Amino acid sequence: MEKIRKKINFLGALYIVTLFIPFAVFVYPMLVPENGEVAEVVEEEEEAEVVNGIEVTSGLIYDDGYKLVATNCGACHSLELVTQNAATREGWIEIIRWMQETQGLWDLGDDESIILDYLSKNYAPKEVGRRPNLENIEWYDLEI
Amino acid sequence: MENKKKKTTQIDRKSFLLKSAATTVAVAFGANHLFGGSGTSKSKSPSSVKTNSAGKLKGKHEELTILNSKPWNAETPPHLLDDKYTPADRLFVRNNGVVPNEVNIDKWTLTIEGESAKQKKTYTFAELKSKFKHYTYQLTLECGGNGRKEFSPPAKGNQWGVGAIGCPKWTGVRLKDVLNDVGVKSNAVYIGYYGKDTHLTGDPDKIPISRGVPIAKAMEDEALIAWSMNDEDLPLLNGYPLRLIFGGWPASTSGKWLHKISIRDKVHDGPKMEGYSYRVPRHPVAPGTKVPEEDMVIIERLPVKSIITYPKTGAKIKGDKIFEVRGHAWAGDLAIKEVHTSLDFGATWNKCTLDSADNKNAWQQWKTNVKLPQQGYHEVWVRATDTEGTMQPMVLPGWNPKGYLNNACHRIAVERT
Repeated sequence: MEKIRKKINFLGALYIVTLFIPFAVFVYPMLVPENGEVAEVVEEEEEAEVVNGIEVTSGLIYDDGYKLVATNCGACHSLELVTQNAATREGWIEIIRWMQETQGLWDLGDDESIILDYLSKNYAPKEVGRRPNLENIEWYDLEI
Repeated sequence: MENKKKKTTQIDRKSFLLKSAATTVAVAFGANHLFGGSGTSKSKSPSSVKTNSAGKLKGKHEELTILNSKPWNAETPPHLLDDKYTPADRLFVRNNGVVPNEVNIDKWTLTIEGESAKQKKTYTFAELKSKFKHYTYQLTLECGGNGRKEFSPPAKGNQWGVGAIGCPKWTGVRLKDVLNDVGVKSNAVYIGYYGKDTHLTGDPDKIPISRGVPIAKAMEDEALIAWSMNDEDLPLLNGYPLRLIFGGWPASTSGKWLHKISIRDKVHDGPKMEGYSYRVPRHPVAPGTKVPEEDMVIIERLPVKSIITYPKTGAKIKGDKIFEVRGHAWAGDLAIKEVHTSLDFGATWNKCTLDSADNKNAWQQWKTNVKLPQQGYHEVWVRATDTEGTMQPMVLPGWNPKGYLNNACHRIAVERT
Protein backbone atom coordinates (compact mmCIF):
# COMPACT_ATOMS: atom_id res chain seq x y z
CA MET A 1 0.00 0.00 0.00
CA GLU A 2 2.72 2.40 1.06
CA LYS A 3 4.57 1.70 -2.17
CA ILE A 4 1.52 2.40 -4.27
CA ARG A 5 0.83 5.64 -2.44
CA LYS A 6 4.43 6.75 -2.97
CA LYS A 7 4.10 5.95 -6.64
CA ILE A 8 0.91 7.99 -6.91
CA ASN A 9 2.56 10.88 -5.11
CA PHE A 10 5.51 10.65 -7.46
CA LEU A 11 3.26 10.59 -10.53
CA GLY A 12 1.32 13.56 -9.18
CA ALA A 13 4.49 15.51 -8.65
CA LEU A 14 5.71 14.53 -12.11
CA TYR A 15 2.41 15.73 -13.60
CA ILE A 16 2.71 19.13 -11.97
CA VAL A 17 6.34 19.45 -13.02
CA THR A 18 5.35 18.54 -16.60
CA LEU A 19 2.74 21.26 -16.58
CA PHE A 20 5.40 23.78 -15.77
CA ILE A 21 7.73 22.82 -18.59
CA PRO A 22 5.93 24.72 -21.37
CA PHE A 23 5.49 27.62 -18.99
CA ALA A 24 9.17 27.71 -18.09
CA VAL A 25 10.48 27.24 -21.61
CA PHE A 26 8.13 29.29 -23.74
CA VAL A 27 6.32 31.79 -21.67
CA TYR A 28 8.31 32.66 -18.59
CA PRO A 29 10.81 34.70 -20.61
CA MET A 30 7.89 36.71 -22.01
CA LEU A 31 6.29 37.40 -18.67
CA VAL A 32 9.41 38.21 -16.75
CA PRO A 33 10.98 41.51 -17.73
CA GLU A 34 14.53 41.86 -18.84
CA ASN A 35 15.76 45.04 -17.21
CA GLY A 36 12.26 45.34 -15.78
CA GLU A 37 10.57 46.48 -19.01
CA VAL A 38 8.76 43.72 -20.83
CA ALA A 39 6.34 46.08 -22.52
CA GLU A 40 9.24 47.96 -24.08
CA VAL A 41 10.58 44.72 -25.53
CA VAL A 42 7.25 43.88 -27.11
CA GLU A 43 6.90 47.36 -28.57
CA GLU A 44 10.41 47.43 -29.98
CA GLU A 45 9.98 44.18 -31.83
CA GLU A 46 6.97 45.35 -33.75
CA GLU A 47 6.15 48.60 -35.39
CA ALA A 48 2.94 50.06 -34.18
CA GLU A 49 -0.13 49.01 -36.11
CA VAL A 50 -2.39 52.01 -36.38
CA VAL A 51 -6.03 51.97 -37.41
CA ASN A 52 -7.97 55.24 -37.59
CA GLY A 53 -5.32 56.94 -35.50
CA ILE A 54 -5.50 54.33 -32.74
CA GLU A 55 -2.55 52.11 -31.94
CA VAL A 56 -4.16 48.69 -32.00
CA THR A 57 -2.40 46.84 -29.18
CA SER A 58 -2.81 49.55 -26.56
CA GLY A 59 -6.01 51.18 -27.82
CA LEU A 60 -4.30 54.56 -27.33
CA ILE A 61 -4.25 57.44 -29.81
CA TYR A 62 -1.05 57.02 -31.82
CA ASP A 63 1.15 59.99 -30.99
CA ASP A 64 4.50 60.76 -29.38
CA GLY A 65 4.54 59.35 -25.86
CA TYR A 66 1.90 56.66 -26.25
CA LYS A 67 4.41 53.93 -25.35
CA LEU A 68 5.26 55.64 -22.07
CA VAL A 69 1.58 55.87 -21.24
CA ALA A 70 1.06 52.21 -22.12
CA THR A 71 3.95 51.06 -19.93
CA ASN A 72 3.48 53.29 -16.92
CA CYS A 73 -0.31 53.58 -16.74
CA GLY A 74 -1.00 50.07 -18.01
CA ALA A 75 1.14 48.46 -15.33
CA CYS A 76 -1.60 48.66 -12.71
CA HIS A 77 -4.88 49.31 -14.50
CA SER A 78 -6.26 48.78 -17.98
CA LEU A 79 -5.67 51.53 -20.53
CA GLU A 80 -9.44 51.81 -20.92
CA LEU A 81 -9.28 53.88 -17.76
CA VAL A 82 -7.07 56.34 -19.66
CA THR A 83 -8.98 56.39 -22.94
CA GLN A 84 -12.41 56.94 -21.37
CA ASN A 85 -11.20 59.98 -19.42
CA ALA A 86 -10.40 63.53 -20.46
CA ALA A 87 -8.72 66.34 -18.56
CA THR A 88 -6.60 69.44 -18.92
CA ARG A 89 -2.86 69.22 -18.24
CA GLU A 90 -3.56 70.42 -14.71
CA GLY A 91 -6.26 67.78 -14.34
CA TRP A 92 -3.95 64.97 -15.49
CA ILE A 93 -1.28 66.20 -13.03
CA GLU A 94 -3.83 65.95 -10.23
CA ILE A 95 -4.72 62.40 -11.25
CA ILE A 96 -1.04 61.39 -11.37
CA ARG A 97 -0.37 62.98 -7.95
CA TRP A 98 -3.39 61.18 -6.48
CA MET A 99 -2.10 57.87 -7.82
CA GLN A 100 1.37 58.61 -6.45
CA GLU A 101 0.05 59.58 -3.03
CA THR A 102 -2.50 56.82 -2.54
CA GLN A 103 -2.22 54.12 -5.20
CA GLY A 104 1.48 53.29 -5.35
CA LEU A 105 2.39 54.99 -8.65
CA TRP A 106 6.12 55.59 -8.93
CA ASP A 107 8.01 58.82 -9.71
CA LEU A 108 7.76 59.26 -13.47
CA GLY A 109 10.96 61.31 -13.66
CA ASP A 110 11.72 62.91 -17.02
CA ASP A 111 8.94 60.90 -18.63
CA GLU A 112 6.30 62.85 -16.71
CA SER A 113 6.34 65.87 -19.00
CA ILE A 114 6.16 63.65 -22.12
CA ILE A 115 3.22 61.76 -20.62
CA LEU A 116 1.49 65.02 -19.70
CA ASP A 117 2.06 66.45 -23.18
CA TYR A 118 0.54 63.32 -24.69
CA LEU A 119 -2.48 63.14 -22.37
CA SER A 120 -3.37 66.81 -22.37
CA LYS A 121 -3.17 66.92 -26.18
CA ASN A 122 -4.93 63.67 -27.03
CA TYR A 123 -7.32 63.30 -24.08
CA ALA A 124 -8.43 66.86 -23.53
CA PRO A 125 -11.94 67.75 -22.33
CA LYS A 126 -14.56 68.80 -24.86
CA GLU A 127 -17.15 71.38 -23.97
CA VAL A 128 -20.51 69.62 -24.13
CA GLY A 129 -22.68 71.68 -21.81
CA ARG A 130 -25.26 70.29 -19.42
CA ARG A 131 -27.05 67.96 -21.86
CA PRO A 132 -25.41 66.59 -24.99
CA ASN A 133 -27.46 65.24 -27.89
CA LEU A 134 -28.28 61.55 -27.93
CA GLU A 135 -25.68 60.03 -30.22
CA ASN A 136 -24.73 56.71 -31.80
CA ILE A 137 -28.35 55.62 -31.96
CA GLU A 138 -28.90 52.25 -33.63
CA TRP A 139 -32.29 52.58 -35.30
CA TYR A 140 -34.59 49.56 -35.56
CA ASP A 141 -38.27 48.88 -36.33
CA LEU A 142 -40.24 48.37 -33.14
CA GLU A 143 -42.56 45.37 -33.34
CA ILE A 144 -45.93 46.31 -31.90
CA MET B 1 0.27 45.42 -46.63
CA GLU B 2 2.17 42.12 -46.53
CA ASN B 3 4.23 43.43 -43.68
CA LYS B 4 1.18 44.40 -41.65
CA LYS B 5 -0.40 41.01 -42.03
CA LYS B 6 2.67 39.38 -40.62
CA LYS B 7 2.59 41.65 -37.63
CA THR B 8 -0.99 40.74 -36.85
CA THR B 9 -0.09 37.08 -36.92
CA GLN B 10 2.74 37.70 -34.53
CA ILE B 11 0.47 39.47 -32.13
CA ASP B 12 -2.04 36.68 -32.29
CA ARG B 13 0.62 34.11 -31.62
CA LYS B 14 1.87 36.10 -28.66
CA SER B 15 -1.53 36.53 -27.14
CA PHE B 16 -2.13 32.83 -27.69
CA LEU B 17 1.06 31.99 -25.87
CA LEU B 18 0.18 34.31 -23.02
CA LYS B 19 -3.21 32.69 -22.73
CA SER B 20 -1.66 29.21 -22.77
CA ALA B 21 0.72 30.32 -20.08
CA ALA B 22 -2.09 31.60 -17.95
CA THR B 23 -4.04 28.40 -18.49
CA THR B 24 -1.08 26.29 -17.46
CA VAL B 25 -0.60 28.30 -14.32
CA ALA B 26 -4.31 28.27 -13.64
CA VAL B 27 -4.39 24.48 -13.88
CA ALA B 28 -1.37 24.11 -11.64
CA PHE B 29 -2.66 26.43 -8.94
CA GLY B 30 -6.37 25.87 -9.35
CA ALA B 31 -6.94 29.58 -10.00
CA ASN B 32 -10.04 30.20 -12.07
CA HIS B 33 -9.48 33.67 -13.44
CA LEU B 34 -5.90 34.59 -13.89
CA PHE B 35 -6.53 36.95 -16.78
CA GLY B 36 -8.02 39.77 -14.76
CA GLY B 37 -5.78 39.31 -11.76
CA SER B 38 -2.20 40.29 -11.31
CA GLY B 39 0.52 39.48 -8.87
CA THR B 40 3.58 41.53 -9.59
CA SER B 41 1.85 43.75 -12.06
CA LYS B 42 4.95 45.53 -13.34
CA SER B 43 6.08 42.36 -15.02
CA LYS B 44 2.93 42.11 -17.08
CA SER B 45 2.63 43.63 -20.51
CA PRO B 46 -0.40 45.96 -20.69
CA SER B 47 -1.62 44.16 -23.79
CA SER B 48 -1.88 40.88 -21.95
CA VAL B 49 -4.65 42.14 -19.68
CA LYS B 50 -6.43 44.35 -22.15
CA THR B 51 -9.65 43.10 -23.68
CA ASN B 52 -12.77 44.50 -25.16
CA SER B 53 -14.57 41.21 -25.24
CA ALA B 54 -17.52 41.02 -22.88
CA GLY B 55 -17.20 37.25 -22.99
CA LYS B 56 -14.28 37.60 -20.60
CA LEU B 57 -16.63 38.55 -17.81
CA LYS B 58 -17.62 35.18 -16.47
CA GLY B 59 -21.32 34.87 -15.75
CA LYS B 60 -22.25 38.26 -17.22
CA HIS B 61 -24.45 39.10 -20.21
CA GLU B 62 -22.37 39.63 -23.35
CA GLU B 63 -23.95 43.03 -24.02
CA LEU B 64 -22.69 44.57 -20.80
CA THR B 65 -20.43 47.52 -21.68
CA ILE B 66 -16.96 46.97 -20.30
CA LEU B 67 -15.55 50.28 -19.12
CA ASN B 68 -12.41 48.87 -17.58
CA SER B 69 -10.88 45.40 -17.61
CA LYS B 70 -8.47 46.02 -14.74
CA PRO B 71 -10.09 46.49 -12.39
CA TRP B 72 -13.26 45.04 -13.85
CA ASN B 73 -15.99 47.62 -14.35
CA ALA B 74 -18.97 47.03 -16.62
CA GLU B 75 -22.37 48.60 -16.95
CA THR B 76 -25.73 47.33 -18.18
CA PRO B 77 -27.45 48.99 -21.14
CA PRO B 78 -30.86 50.17 -19.86
CA HIS B 79 -32.90 47.92 -22.18
CA LEU B 80 -31.33 44.90 -20.45
CA LEU B 81 -32.66 46.09 -17.09
CA ASP B 82 -36.30 45.45 -17.97
CA ASP B 83 -36.82 42.68 -15.36
CA LYS B 84 -38.32 43.68 -12.03
CA TYR B 85 -35.66 41.58 -10.27
CA THR B 86 -32.32 42.21 -11.98
CA PRO B 87 -30.86 38.82 -13.01
CA ALA B 88 -27.31 38.12 -11.84
CA ASP B 89 -25.88 38.24 -15.36
CA ARG B 90 -27.30 41.74 -15.84
CA LEU B 91 -26.08 43.33 -12.63
CA PHE B 92 -23.32 45.87 -13.25
CA VAL B 93 -19.77 45.26 -12.05
CA ARG B 94 -17.83 47.90 -10.15
CA ASN B 95 -14.54 46.84 -8.65
CA ASN B 96 -11.77 48.94 -7.14
CA GLY B 97 -9.26 46.13 -6.77
CA VAL B 98 -8.60 42.62 -7.97
CA VAL B 99 -11.28 39.97 -7.43
CA PRO B 100 -10.05 37.33 -4.93
CA ASN B 101 -8.44 34.37 -6.62
CA GLU B 102 -9.72 31.61 -4.43
CA VAL B 103 -12.78 31.45 -2.25
CA ASN B 104 -13.04 28.51 0.13
CA ILE B 105 -16.51 28.60 1.61
CA ASP B 106 -15.58 26.12 4.37
CA LYS B 107 -12.83 28.40 5.62
CA TRP B 108 -14.61 31.73 5.11
CA THR B 109 -15.15 33.69 8.32
CA LEU B 110 -16.62 37.02 9.31
CA THR B 111 -15.01 38.89 12.20
CA ILE B 112 -16.68 41.76 14.02
CA GLU B 113 -14.39 44.05 16.01
CA GLY B 114 -13.60 47.73 16.53
CA GLU B 115 -13.44 50.39 19.27
CA SER B 116 -17.20 50.26 19.79
CA ALA B 117 -17.59 46.46 19.70
CA LYS B 118 -18.12 44.95 23.17
CA GLN B 119 -15.99 41.98 22.08
CA LYS B 120 -14.18 40.65 19.05
CA LYS B 121 -16.11 37.76 17.58
CA THR B 122 -15.58 35.52 14.55
CA TYR B 123 -18.31 33.54 12.81
CA THR B 124 -17.80 30.84 10.24
CA PHE B 125 -19.93 31.09 7.14
CA ALA B 126 -21.99 28.12 8.38
CA GLU B 127 -22.48 29.67 11.85
CA LEU B 128 -23.69 32.90 10.33
CA LYS B 129 -26.29 31.01 8.32
CA SER B 130 -27.45 28.78 11.18
CA LYS B 131 -27.36 31.21 14.11
CA PHE B 132 -29.38 34.11 12.69
CA LYS B 133 -32.77 34.43 11.06
CA HIS B 134 -32.73 34.78 7.28
CA TYR B 135 -34.35 37.71 5.49
CA THR B 136 -34.96 38.44 1.83
CA TYR B 137 -35.36 41.97 0.47
CA GLN B 138 -35.30 43.50 -2.97
CA LEU B 139 -32.71 46.27 -2.71
CA THR B 140 -31.29 48.74 -5.21
CA LEU B 141 -27.56 48.73 -5.72
CA GLU B 142 -26.30 51.79 -7.56
CA CYS B 143 -22.82 53.19 -8.05
CA GLY B 144 -22.48 56.73 -6.68
CA GLY B 145 -20.81 57.64 -10.00
CA ASN B 146 -23.70 56.37 -12.14
CA GLY B 147 -24.22 59.08 -14.80
CA ARG B 148 -20.68 60.49 -14.53
CA LYS B 149 -20.36 60.42 -18.33
CA GLU B 150 -22.45 63.58 -18.62
CA PHE B 151 -20.23 65.77 -16.44
CA SER B 152 -18.78 68.83 -18.12
CA PRO B 153 -16.00 69.62 -17.35
CA PRO B 154 -15.50 65.85 -17.14
CA ALA B 155 -14.86 64.08 -13.85
CA LYS B 156 -12.20 61.42 -13.65
CA GLY B 157 -13.01 57.78 -13.16
CA ASN B 158 -15.08 55.20 -14.96
CA GLN B 159 -17.40 57.05 -17.30
CA TRP B 160 -20.71 55.44 -16.32
CA GLY B 161 -23.77 56.07 -18.46
CA VAL B 162 -27.04 55.17 -16.72
CA GLY B 163 -26.51 51.43 -16.22
CA ALA B 164 -24.61 51.19 -12.92
CA ILE B 165 -27.87 50.22 -11.21
CA GLY B 166 -29.70 47.00 -10.45
CA CYS B 167 -32.29 45.73 -8.02
CA PRO B 168 -32.05 41.99 -7.35
CA LYS B 169 -33.54 40.09 -4.41
CA TRP B 170 -30.95 39.57 -1.70
CA THR B 171 -30.99 36.96 1.04
CA GLY B 172 -28.90 36.96 4.18
CA VAL B 173 -28.98 37.95 7.82
CA ARG B 174 -29.68 41.35 9.24
CA LEU B 175 -26.48 43.23 10.01
CA LYS B 176 -28.08 44.49 13.23
CA ASP B 177 -28.73 40.94 14.46
CA VAL B 178 -25.05 40.13 14.09
CA LEU B 179 -23.88 43.46 15.56
CA ASN B 180 -26.21 43.03 18.55
CA ASP B 181 -24.96 39.48 19.09
CA VAL B 182 -21.43 40.88 19.38
CA GLY B 183 -22.58 43.89 21.41
CA VAL B 184 -22.49 47.51 20.28
CA LYS B 185 -21.24 50.18 22.70
CA SER B 186 -23.33 53.33 23.05
CA ASN B 187 -20.54 55.44 21.53
CA ALA B 188 -20.71 53.65 18.15
CA VAL B 189 -20.72 56.06 15.19
CA TYR B 190 -20.01 54.08 12.04
CA ILE B 191 -19.29 50.62 10.69
CA GLY B 192 -16.46 49.96 8.24
CA TYR B 193 -16.02 46.83 6.14
CA TYR B 194 -12.99 44.94 4.90
CA GLY B 195 -13.09 42.59 1.91
CA LYS B 196 -10.79 39.99 0.39
CA ASP B 197 -10.15 41.86 -2.85
CA THR B 198 -6.55 42.94 -3.37
CA HIS B 199 -4.92 46.17 -4.52
CA LEU B 200 -4.15 46.68 -8.22
CA THR B 201 -0.44 47.10 -7.48
CA GLY B 202 -0.37 43.61 -5.97
CA ASP B 203 0.90 45.09 -2.69
CA PRO B 204 -0.65 42.85 -0.01
CA ASP B 205 -0.49 45.67 2.55
CA LYS B 206 -2.61 48.01 0.45
CA ILE B 207 -6.39 47.89 0.78
CA PRO B 208 -8.29 48.80 -2.41
CA ILE B 209 -11.40 50.07 -0.63
CA SER B 210 -12.86 49.99 2.89
CA ARG B 211 -15.98 52.07 3.38
CA GLY B 212 -19.13 51.84 5.47
CA VAL B 213 -22.22 53.59 6.82
CA PRO B 214 -23.32 55.43 9.96
CA ILE B 215 -24.55 53.12 12.71
CA ALA B 216 -28.20 54.17 12.17
CA LYS B 217 -28.15 52.90 8.57
CA ALA B 218 -26.39 49.72 9.70
CA MET B 219 -29.18 49.07 12.22
CA GLU B 220 -32.02 49.27 9.67
CA ASP B 221 -34.06 46.11 8.99
CA GLU B 222 -33.06 46.09 5.32
CA ALA B 223 -29.29 46.32 5.98
CA LEU B 224 -28.12 42.82 5.11
CA ILE B 225 -25.08 40.59 5.23
CA ALA B 226 -26.06 38.66 2.11
CA TRP B 227 -24.87 35.42 0.54
CA SER B 228 -27.58 35.05 -2.05
CA MET B 229 -28.89 37.01 -5.03
CA ASN B 230 -32.19 35.90 -6.58
CA ASP B 231 -31.99 32.62 -4.59
CA GLU B 232 -28.55 31.73 -5.96
CA ASP B 233 -25.00 32.23 -4.69
CA LEU B 234 -23.65 35.74 -5.27
CA PRO B 235 -21.66 36.03 -8.51
CA LEU B 236 -17.90 36.12 -7.77
CA LEU B 237 -17.62 39.52 -9.48
CA ASN B 238 -20.36 40.86 -7.20
CA GLY B 239 -18.86 39.69 -3.92
CA TYR B 240 -19.16 35.91 -3.52
CA PRO B 241 -19.49 34.46 -0.95
CA LEU B 242 -20.55 37.29 1.37
CA ARG B 243 -21.27 41.00 1.08
CA LEU B 244 -23.04 43.89 2.68
CA ILE B 245 -26.11 45.43 1.06
CA PHE B 246 -27.28 48.94 1.92
CA GLY B 247 -30.06 49.74 -0.54
CA GLY B 248 -30.34 53.33 -1.73
CA TRP B 249 -26.80 54.35 -0.72
CA PRO B 250 -23.69 54.41 -2.93
CA ALA B 251 -22.90 50.79 -3.75
CA SER B 252 -19.36 51.37 -2.49
CA THR B 253 -20.80 51.19 1.05
CA SER B 254 -21.96 47.61 0.37
CA GLY B 255 -18.64 45.82 0.81
CA LYS B 256 -17.95 42.72 -1.27
CA TRP B 257 -16.01 39.53 -0.33
CA LEU B 258 -16.78 40.60 3.22
CA HIS B 259 -14.61 39.15 6.00
CA LYS B 260 -14.38 41.88 8.64
CA ILE B 261 -16.60 44.62 10.03
CA SER B 262 -15.25 47.22 12.39
CA ILE B 263 -17.68 49.04 14.71
CA ARG B 264 -16.11 52.46 14.93
CA ASP B 265 -16.35 55.22 17.54
CA LYS B 266 -15.78 57.78 14.76
CA VAL B 267 -16.53 58.09 11.05
CA HIS B 268 -14.74 55.18 9.40
CA ASP B 269 -11.43 56.22 7.85
CA GLY B 270 -10.60 53.36 5.47
CA PRO B 271 -9.34 53.92 1.91
CA LYS B 272 -11.89 55.82 -0.24
CA MET B 273 -13.73 57.23 2.78
CA GLU B 274 -11.59 60.36 2.80
CA GLY B 275 -10.26 62.95 0.35
CA TYR B 276 -12.54 63.37 -2.64
CA SER B 277 -13.78 59.78 -2.90
CA TYR B 278 -17.56 59.41 -2.69
CA ARG B 279 -17.82 62.98 -1.49
CA VAL B 280 -19.46 66.12 -2.88
CA PRO B 281 -18.98 69.81 -2.03
CA ARG B 282 -20.78 70.97 1.11
CA HIS B 283 -22.13 73.97 -0.82
CA PRO B 284 -23.08 74.12 -4.52
CA VAL B 285 -20.22 75.12 -6.84
CA ALA B 286 -19.97 76.34 -10.43
CA PRO B 287 -18.88 73.65 -12.92
CA GLY B 288 -15.10 73.20 -12.86
CA THR B 289 -14.56 74.80 -9.45
CA LYS B 290 -11.61 73.58 -7.40
CA VAL B 291 -13.02 72.57 -4.04
CA PRO B 292 -10.77 72.34 -0.95
CA GLU B 293 -10.73 68.87 0.62
CA GLU B 294 -12.18 70.09 3.90
CA ASP B 295 -15.29 71.31 2.08
CA MET B 296 -16.14 67.84 0.77
CA VAL B 297 -18.81 65.78 2.56
CA ILE B 298 -19.62 62.07 2.40
CA ILE B 299 -22.52 61.05 0.14
CA GLU B 300 -25.28 59.29 2.03
CA ARG B 301 -28.63 58.40 0.45
CA LEU B 302 -28.84 58.66 -3.33
CA PRO B 303 -31.31 60.99 -5.07
CA VAL B 304 -34.57 60.21 -6.91
CA LYS B 305 -34.00 58.60 -10.30
CA SER B 306 -35.66 56.56 -13.06
CA ILE B 307 -34.81 54.70 -16.27
CA ILE B 308 -36.65 53.64 -19.41
CA THR B 309 -36.03 49.93 -19.97
CA TYR B 310 -38.51 49.47 -22.84
CA PRO B 311 -38.31 50.18 -25.69
CA LYS B 312 -34.61 50.23 -26.39
CA THR B 313 -33.48 53.63 -27.67
CA GLY B 314 -33.67 53.97 -31.48
CA ALA B 315 -37.18 52.56 -31.94
CA LYS B 316 -38.91 53.39 -35.24
CA ILE B 317 -42.70 53.29 -34.99
CA LYS B 318 -44.98 53.11 -37.99
CA GLY B 319 -47.68 55.78 -38.03
CA ASP B 320 -49.84 56.46 -34.99
CA LYS B 321 -49.44 53.03 -33.41
CA ILE B 322 -49.60 53.00 -29.62
CA PHE B 323 -46.66 51.40 -27.84
CA GLU B 324 -45.81 50.79 -24.21
CA VAL B 325 -42.99 52.66 -22.49
CA ARG B 326 -41.88 51.31 -19.13
CA GLY B 327 -39.10 51.16 -16.60
CA HIS B 328 -38.18 51.57 -12.95
CA ALA B 329 -37.90 54.44 -10.48
CA TRP B 330 -36.13 54.63 -7.11
CA ALA B 331 -35.21 57.24 -4.54
CA GLY B 332 -32.50 56.32 -2.03
CA ASP B 333 -34.17 55.73 1.33
CA LEU B 334 -37.47 57.20 0.12
CA ALA B 335 -40.20 55.79 -2.12
CA ILE B 336 -41.53 57.05 -5.45
CA LYS B 337 -44.76 59.05 -5.44
CA GLU B 338 -45.22 59.72 -9.16
CA VAL B 339 -43.60 59.13 -12.52
CA HIS B 340 -44.19 61.23 -15.63
CA THR B 341 -43.03 60.99 -19.24
CA SER B 342 -42.68 63.75 -21.81
CA LEU B 343 -42.58 63.61 -25.62
CA ASP B 344 -41.69 67.29 -26.04
CA PHE B 345 -38.54 67.79 -23.95
CA GLY B 346 -40.49 68.62 -20.81
CA ALA B 347 -43.01 71.10 -22.23
CA THR B 348 -45.85 68.76 -21.25
CA TRP B 349 -45.82 65.73 -18.95
CA ASN B 350 -48.01 62.64 -18.84
CA LYS B 351 -48.54 60.71 -15.59
CA CYS B 352 -47.65 57.00 -15.68
CA THR B 353 -49.12 54.09 -13.75
CA LEU B 354 -46.85 53.12 -10.86
CA ASP B 355 -46.48 49.93 -8.82
CA SER B 356 -45.67 49.93 -5.13
CA ALA B 357 -42.30 48.71 -3.88
CA ASP B 358 -41.72 45.20 -2.48
CA ASN B 359 -40.07 46.83 0.53
CA LYS B 360 -38.07 49.90 1.52
CA ASN B 361 -35.09 50.57 -0.80
CA ALA B 362 -36.60 48.58 -3.70
CA TRP B 363 -37.24 50.18 -7.06
CA GLN B 364 -40.80 50.58 -8.41
CA GLN B 365 -42.14 49.76 -11.85
CA TRP B 366 -43.89 52.38 -14.00
CA LYS B 367 -45.46 52.21 -17.45
CA THR B 368 -47.48 54.25 -19.90
CA ASN B 369 -48.89 54.02 -23.41
CA VAL B 370 -47.41 56.41 -25.92
CA LYS B 371 -48.55 57.66 -29.33
CA LEU B 372 -46.15 59.93 -31.17
CA PRO B 373 -48.15 63.02 -32.24
CA GLN B 374 -46.54 63.54 -35.63
CA GLN B 375 -43.97 62.21 -38.03
CA GLY B 376 -40.33 62.66 -37.16
CA TYR B 377 -37.71 62.47 -34.41
CA HIS B 378 -38.86 62.47 -30.80
CA GLU B 379 -37.36 61.76 -27.43
CA VAL B 380 -39.18 60.11 -24.55
CA TRP B 381 -38.09 61.57 -21.23
CA VAL B 382 -38.95 60.11 -17.84
CA ARG B 383 -39.09 62.02 -14.56
CA ALA B 384 -39.75 60.53 -11.14
CA THR B 385 -40.94 62.35 -8.01
CA ASP B 386 -40.11 61.03 -4.55
CA THR B 387 -42.37 60.99 -1.49
CA GLU B 388 -40.95 64.32 -0.36
CA GLY B 389 -42.04 65.90 -3.64
CA THR B 390 -38.52 66.21 -5.07
CA MET B 391 -38.30 65.61 -8.81
CA GLN B 392 -35.45 64.64 -11.07
CA PRO B 393 -33.79 67.59 -12.80
CA MET B 394 -33.89 67.68 -16.60
CA VAL B 395 -30.20 68.51 -16.90
CA LEU B 396 -27.09 67.59 -14.96
CA PRO B 397 -27.62 68.80 -11.39
CA GLY B 398 -24.95 70.18 -9.04
CA TRP B 399 -21.59 69.71 -10.71
CA ASN B 400 -19.05 68.16 -8.36
CA PRO B 401 -15.35 67.38 -8.85
CA LYS B 402 -15.65 63.57 -8.87
CA GLY B 403 -18.83 63.24 -10.90
CA TYR B 404 -21.34 61.78 -8.45
CA LEU B 405 -25.13 61.94 -8.12
CA ASN B 406 -26.19 62.73 -11.68
CA ASN B 407 -29.91 62.01 -11.60
CA ALA B 408 -30.93 63.97 -14.71
CA CYS B 409 -33.96 62.54 -16.52
CA HIS B 410 -33.24 59.50 -18.65
CA ARG B 411 -34.31 59.76 -22.29
CA ILE B 412 -34.53 57.58 -25.39
CA ALA B 413 -34.72 58.46 -29.09
CA VAL B 414 -37.78 57.32 -31.07
CA GLU B 415 -39.02 58.13 -34.55
CA ARG B 416 -42.45 58.03 -36.13
CA THR B 417 -42.13 56.92 -39.75
